[in-house]
Parts: sequence; C-alpha cells; structure tokens
Amino acid sequence: MLDLTPHQDELRELQRRLTILRIGLVLAVSILAVRVWHLQVREGQYYRDLSENNRTRSVILEPARGLIYDRNGVLLANNVPSFNLYVTLEDVSDRDALIKRLVDLIGLDEVVLRKKLSERGAKLLPRKLKGGLTLREAALVESHRLDLPGVMVQAESQRNYPSKLTASHLLGYVGEVSGDQLETPEFKELHQGSIVGQYGVEHTYDRFLRGRAGQKVIEADALGHEKRTVEVQKPEAGDDLYLTIDLRLQELAEELLGEEAGAIVAIDPATGEVLALASRPAFDPNVLSRELTPKQWEEIAQDESHPLTNRATQGQYPPGSTFKIVMAAAALETKTIDPTTTVRCVGSYPFGRRLYKDWKAGGHGTMDLRQAIVDSCDVFFYTIGQRMGIEAIASYATQFGLGRETGIELPSERMGIVPSPAWKEKARNEIWLPGETISASIGQGYLTVTPLQMTNLIATVGNDGVSYRPRLIRAVMERATGRLQELPPMARDRLAIKPETLALIQDALAGVVTEGTARRAKSALVTIAGKTGTAQTAASRPGPEEDLPRKLRDHAWFISYAPVEAPRIAVAVLVEHMGHGGSAAAPLAKQLIEAFVKLAPHEPVIAERGSTARAPLAATAQRGNL
Amino acid sequence: MIDRAISSRGPDSFEWRFVAIIGAILSLGLLSIYSVTHAQPGSGVPLYAKQMIWVVMGGAAFLVMLVFDYHKIARLSYPLYAIALVLLAVVLIIGKTSRGAQRWFPIGPFAFQPAEFAKVVLILVLANYYANSPREGWRQRVVLPGLIMAPGLLLILKQPDLGSGLSFMAIYVAMLLVVGVRSKAVGILILLGLMVFPFVWEAMWGALHDYQRERILTFVNPAYDPGGKGYHALQSRIAIGSGELVGKGLYGGTQSQLKFLPEGHTDFVFAVFAEEWGFLGVLLLLALFLGLIMLAMEIASRAKDVLGALLAAGVIAMIGFSLIINIGMTAGIFPIVGIPLPLMSYGGSAIVATMAALGLLVNVKRRRLTLFY
Repeated sequence: MLDLTPHQDELRELQRRLTILRIGLVLAVSILAVRVWHLQVREGQYYRDLSENNRTRSVILEPARGLIYDRNGVLLANNVPSFNLYVTLEDVSDRDALIKRLVDLIGLDEVVLRKKLSERGAKLLPRKLKGGLTLREAALVESHRLDLPGVMVQAESQRNYPSKLTASHLLGYVGEVSGDQLETPEFKELHQGSIVGQYGVEHTYDRFLRGRAGQKVIEADALGHEKRTVEVQKPEAGDDLYLTIDLRLQELAEELLGEEAGAIVAIDPATGEVLALASRPAFDPNVLSRELTPKQWEEIAQDESHPLTNRATQGQYPPGSTFKIVMAAAALETKTIDPTTTVRCVGSYPFGRRLYKDWKAGGHGTMDLRQAIVDSCDVFFYTIGQRMGIEAIASYATQFGLGRETGIELPSERMGIVPSPAWKEKARNEIWLPGETISASIGQGYLTVTPLQMTNLIATVGNDGVSYRPRLIRAVMERATGRLQELPPMARDRLAIKPETLALIQDALAGVVTEGTARRAKSALVTIAGKTGTAQTAASRPGPEEDLPRKLRDHAWFISYAPVEAPRIAVAVLVEHMGHGGSAAAPLAKQLIEAFVKLAPHEPVIAERGSTARAPLAATAQRGNL
Repeated sequence: MIDRAISSRGPDSFEWRFVAIIGAILSLGLLSIYSVTHAQPGSGVPLYAKQMIWVVMGGAAFLVMLVFDYHKIARLSYPLYAIALVLLAVVLIIGKTSRGAQRWFPIGPFAFQPAEFAKVVLILVLANYYANSPREGWRQRVVLPGLIMAPGLLLILKQPDLGSGLSFMAIYVAMLLVVGVRSKAVGILILLGLMVFPFVWEAMWGALHDYQRERILTFVNPAYDPGGKGYHALQSRIAIGSGELVGKGLYGGTQSQLKFLPEGHTDFVFAVFAEEWGFLGVLLLLALFLGLIMLAMEIASRAKDVLGALLAAGVIAMIGFSLIINIGMTAGIFPIVGIPLPLMSYGGSAIVATMAALGLLVNVKRRRLTLFY
C-alpha cells in the first residue's frame, strides 16, 4: 500500500484529462442538435415539400377523343381499346425464361423481343414490348400473370377509322403532339404524349375533339408501386362532330376515281355544305395514327403518287376550258360583247407571230357566246380575251373565288394562281407578254385552280351568284351538356354580276350537256348543267395524245350542277392524265349526281340517328381510355 | 473475497438510472425498427422480433460483463484479442459478402460481425496494456499501443468497413488522450484535429470532382449510394427535415414507409426516428444519450484505478464516436460511412457488443469502493 499515493496521483491526473472527452462530446452533441434544428425547424417546410414531392406522383388521365360521324350519323372515327404489352425490367429475374414464355404464349418474335429487352433505359419504368395485342393475346397474358413477373397489359385508347381509306384526307389522322406544337398557344395546355389531330378535320377541329385531360394523384413508393390514390380529377371527353359528308356519296366518289389520281368534290350550292370530298390515291389513317417506324414514314413520304396530298384542296391544276365560264361573265359584264356578238372560228387565231389553235382542227364556224360555251370554242374566247385584256380577266377570276382560299376548314389549303402583269412582275420578275393573255383566256398558262375552288365556282353559278364558304361541320355534340349544337350557316356572298348574264351562262351550261362537249354526262334521271375542261400539262406537243408518256398527258375536268332548275348538288371532277374532260370526267360526275338524286330527298335527322348510334360507341370510347 | 461480497450487493439508484436510460434508448430503437419494417412482406422472423432477441442477448452480455471482476476480464484481454484477430482474418476468407463488403459470419438466420466484437476487445486490451505499463515516453504511450491496434484496424479496413475502422482509431485516440501525451501540443493538436475534422473534410471533399468522390466512396464503401450520387444522403436529409418540430407521427414517416430512405432500420434509423418524432423527439433522444454519457463519465472519474478509468473512457469513446458520426452522416454533415447508431440500429453484433461494453462500465462502477477496504 506504500506505492498507493503516487499511483493515486497519477489516477487523479488521468481522470482530470477525461474533461477533454467530456467537453468534446458535449460540444459534438450540441452541434448535432443545432444541425437537426436547422434541418427540422428552420428548413423544415422546404424538406416537407420535398418529401411530398417524393411521395406523390400525378398520372395524367387521357380524355376520350370526340367521335366523328357523317351527316347521317354514320360513324367515321372512334376510339377502340388497344392492348399494349409492357415489361418492367426491375421485376424480371430471369430474362431467358420470360422470353421463352412470351414466345410460346403469344408467338412474339424472339429476336425482336431480345433486342427490346436489352435496349438501354430506366429499369424501373415499364417499356413497351408490343402494341395492338389481340383480345385473345391480352387475355392469355393476363391469365398467366403469375408466371410472367414484370409483364403487364395496358389497355389504351387507339383512334380507329372504320371505313379505312375512305375520306382519309378529309378526316386526317392523329398523332402525338410534337415539341414544336407544344410551344404554340393552341396546344399549351397539353403535355408530352398527348394525342392531337395532325391532319384533316382531326386537326382543324382538334379543340372540340380533344377534350380535357384529368389527373390522378397517387402515393407511390420509391420503386414506383402505387400505394393509394390521393386525388382524382376526371378527364372530360371531347365533343363529337357531325360532318356534312354523306359517307355513301364519299364512297362512291372514291370508287369512281378508282385507281386514277384525282379529286371529286360535291357540295350543296344552297348551303355550301360539302357532301363529298374525295382525293386519290388515299392513305389509311389507322396506320398513320399509330406509331410509325422511321422506315414506314419514309415510304409514305417518298411515295411518288403523293397519297398524303389532298388533291381536292391542295392540287393546283390549270382549269382549262372550265375557265370559259369566268371569261363569259367577264366579257358580258365589261360589255366587251353582248349575247348576240358573233365570232367566226376557222380553227386557229393568229396573234403576233403565232397561230393559236382551236381544239377542233377545222374550226366551229360562226359562233355566238352561248354556242361558244356549248362547243367550247377556243377561238371565240381568244378573241374576247384579247379584247378585254388580262386585268379584266384577273379581276373576274378573283371575284369568282379563284386565286384565294375558299376558307374550307382543312389544313394547308392552296390558293392557285390568277396571273396578271403585277403578279408576274412580283413572282417572276418578268413583264407580261400579250400572248399569255390568249393562253389565260382558255384557262391555260400560269392560271391554276384547285378542284374545290372550281366546285365552289360552279355552285355559285348554279345558285344565281350566291356563294357560301364551303363547310364540313354540321353540328357539334357537346359532351359536357349533352346538347347537339347546330352550327350557324357560313357567311354568304353575292357576285356583282347581273342576273341576265348568269341566266345566259346557266342556259349555255345546260346546253353543254344536252348538245355540247359533255353529252356523256346527260342523264335520264336529272337535268345536269356543266362545263368540260382539259388542262394541258405541257405547252406544245407533237403527235396524238395516246402516244405520250402518261405523266405528260392532259388532266380531265368536268364541273357541274344539278338539277338545272334548282341546283341541289354541285360536282367538280378532276382526273389526272386522263385526257379530255368530256370523255374522262363528265361520266363520273353524272354517276355521282344520279346516286345523289336516288338517295335524296333525305333531310337527315341527325339527332336521332346520332343518339342510337352513339350508345354502344360511347361505351367503347370510354373503355378505350382505361 | 472482498469482490465477491461487493458483487452480491443489490443495484443502487445510480445503476437503476443507468439501466433506465439504456432501456429507453433500446425501446425507441425497437419502435423505429418496427415502424419501418412491420409492413414489409417477408418470410421468416420479422426484423423487429429478431432485434428483440438481440436485445435479450445483449442483456445477457451486459450481466456477464458485470458479474466477473473487470480485472479478471482484463487479464484475458490478450487471448481475447488474438481470437478477435483470427476471426477478422477468417471472415475475409469465408465470410458472407453482402453489398461489396465481406463482414459477416452467417449463423443460421443471423449474421455475426467480428468487427463489433473486436471493438470491445480493443478497449480491454488497450486499458490492460496501459494499466500494466510504466507509460513512460512516447514509445510506450503512443507507438506500442498503436502497434497493438494496427493489425485489427488493417483487417477491418480490408473488408472494407470504414465505419468500424474509424471507431477503432477513435477508441485508440481517446484512450491516448486520457492517458496523456508528453507534449501538450500534440494533445491539443489531436483535439483540434478532431474538432476541425468535419470542416477540413468538407473542404477537401468539396475540392474533388464528382467522379473522384464516387470512386473513393465506392472503394471504401461499396454498399452506399445505390440510387445514384447523393441520393442516399439527400433522402436522409429530407426524412429528417420533413419531420419538422413535432414529427409525422409513429408509422407516419412517408420517406421511410415508402422506402425512399434506404437502410431505414440499420444505419439510417435516426432519420426514421427524426421523421416520425420531429425535433422534440430528437431533443429527447439526444438528452438520453447525453445522460448516458454523463453517467459513464461519472463512473470513469470515480474509478478506483487506471484500468477502470481507461475501460470506462474506452467505452465512452466507442459509444460517443458512433453516436456523433452516425447522426452527423444522416443529418448530412459527414460523408456517409457505415456506422450504426448505438442501441438503436438493427444488428445483433452491434447490440450485443454495445451492451457488453455498458456491462463493463457498470462493472467498473460497482468495484470502485474496494479501494477503501
């Protein structure tokens, strides 16, 4: 016990040094307390928001797109459920087993499957393996769910066009909204992946059809598994559209064109309602509304026959002799001639150093205006065109709606060209040559028009000078209110042309069918008035038409209305590279008009047709939106 | 003889307070583990039930370390340390590898982590060394004990287990400080070093490129940051911060319940607790830990001999270091190194080792009066 004291001293000293530890620990725990106070009290709200963000996720509920019907309530576009196969890699333990099962079960291509599974991408997010499963395939996968971990079948809405290629240009197609579109105010309330109309009525009336997306706020865990629903905001379905189109006439019009490229447009002169608007070749909007591979796009875009072009509104052709209607009106209104003025046609018209030929080699003899229209005498119109001058011609052409948009509710309508010295100066930086007036007088040269413009023109003539903006929509069925809103008639316009002038032209146009160039359009059922035309594609050609390569042959025109006494339908037919209007185009118009007369009179009661047709379809549309 | 007479004495009110604090911390830990894991589907024994088994076994270890005189236990320190080194070596060969580190011996459904056992043995062996050494000169005070520690440290870092390695060094440095180093400057330097460590670390760490950090972190600690850079640390901060003053309530922590916070039952149990109990709960928990440390300090400063004082200091260092580094890393002031929160994190080895160390503390306390007989 003797060495106890120094030992004790040393122990005391050692124990004093414990203070270092004590101070250090108290200090450190205090720092921790301050740090946690900072996180929880000072910045607590910030972190609370972050944790809410973590916890909840909002899922967009896509609205059911509005349906599209024809004027009689026949369905043109709806939504069908499409079963898409997804896989979440995170949940897949054995890839080879999964591939084998899917190949055995629904016959997927093993190579494609393997490629899709090995693509880079988030493991936690479902990736699409295959779209458009059949109901049977979807059911097979669902019933083997337990053997297929990570695989799921999602029912999604797919736009569907039951009549396939029919009216494809008119209806258009849908697709995912593009990045550029999202920047525009029109689409600003949409989100990435929204489906919008990209062409046709689907595009123009997208704001009706689109509806309003809803959203579901869900609580999800870190792996994205849904735990519970916090809040639901239901989507609002889009409004349904009733078009002015009569599907039966539309189908007939496309059938009449058959394999030929061209356009047929039929409108009701009394309202401007478009009854048929056909363009060939057509495309299948069902295909374009799905996800296309770049290769598929390439094929469609490179197609030499341009199936995506709506020839009725975007095809620009010289009007040929159909333009003589404008010439006749202009000549009478400017008092260049009167109805009794005659011109002697010897088969050609000398001007400058050139000889402008008539289509009839020997000439037509002495002609007054009516007879010149009936026989489509070129020399008569060369003469009056030369007397009137290009300015007068251009002015009347513009009055008849050429060189400007008709205002139809379809995207990218073309205007055609009404040439004038000012136009040529501006467009080509060249001066107007007098000979060009001669060409314009028979609808050749720089003058171009669209089939729709010509339909509108002939309808205006038949309707005693009253014109309407062509319209495609009869009514909108508002989903929110359940009310069918009939759209008010479109703005009308009256040509500043004397009734006597129009009466003379109408009489002459009737004569064209009964005794003139369009005798092949003569019908036993109904009186038809019209004008043929042949649009030249090349200025001067040697040899007969039949020897030419097809691409250089003339386009055939026929524009008409019926019945002559009180027109109820106006039809324009344009067939590319088919030669003379009288033989190639007129018979098609006749068939369409006769079909119309047989169908009529039917003033469709769309509300009733619509509601019976709608019930099952509405259910389909909603199912498609699951 | 005297020892036996004293050890048969019943526990006094000091010891009851000590045990009550330990019990309170253990209960809060169990509650948090239950909260995170009860809803998880899983086969076999649920984690909170396993943890309860560990707590019971920890209680047993506590009693064992209390019953035998610590002098007798200290006499076994070198053989025990030899066993620890062998275990640390063997685990590198046949141990279970999990998330990139080889740390565990699987024993049935449980896993034994020799590093936790080694920490307690290190306290014993260093205290025993200093008690029986003249402690003269820096060689005897610094170098020799450093050499004793080195093989264990290296084996642990080889696993790799940065957290346990740091604990090893912390125990050594703390005991060295208490023993005293010749030059006051060195002591102050070490103390300063410890205090400015977080700032220096931040500065150095902050100067590194992200990819360099990632390389270093994945090298020393492959298990962390599975969801990407900084994900883990951020989710932990969000969990703590979003608890605000009063917390989201028991089982109400969305960060932990919805698994945004990984490892909620082990190293990040503090974040779970803070999210559900709020700042008030955190204050309570820190008060409990500080109370435990103060009682332990009391024991150390009243120890009857150098061995007892150093044993107590070592246990304080082990628990205090883990506490500070664990909360510091979950709260985002330290980088994430794997260190469990004493008495709270799930893990049998850590619980049993901590309880054994606390038993040793009470052992020192109960025998301090022998001096006067």
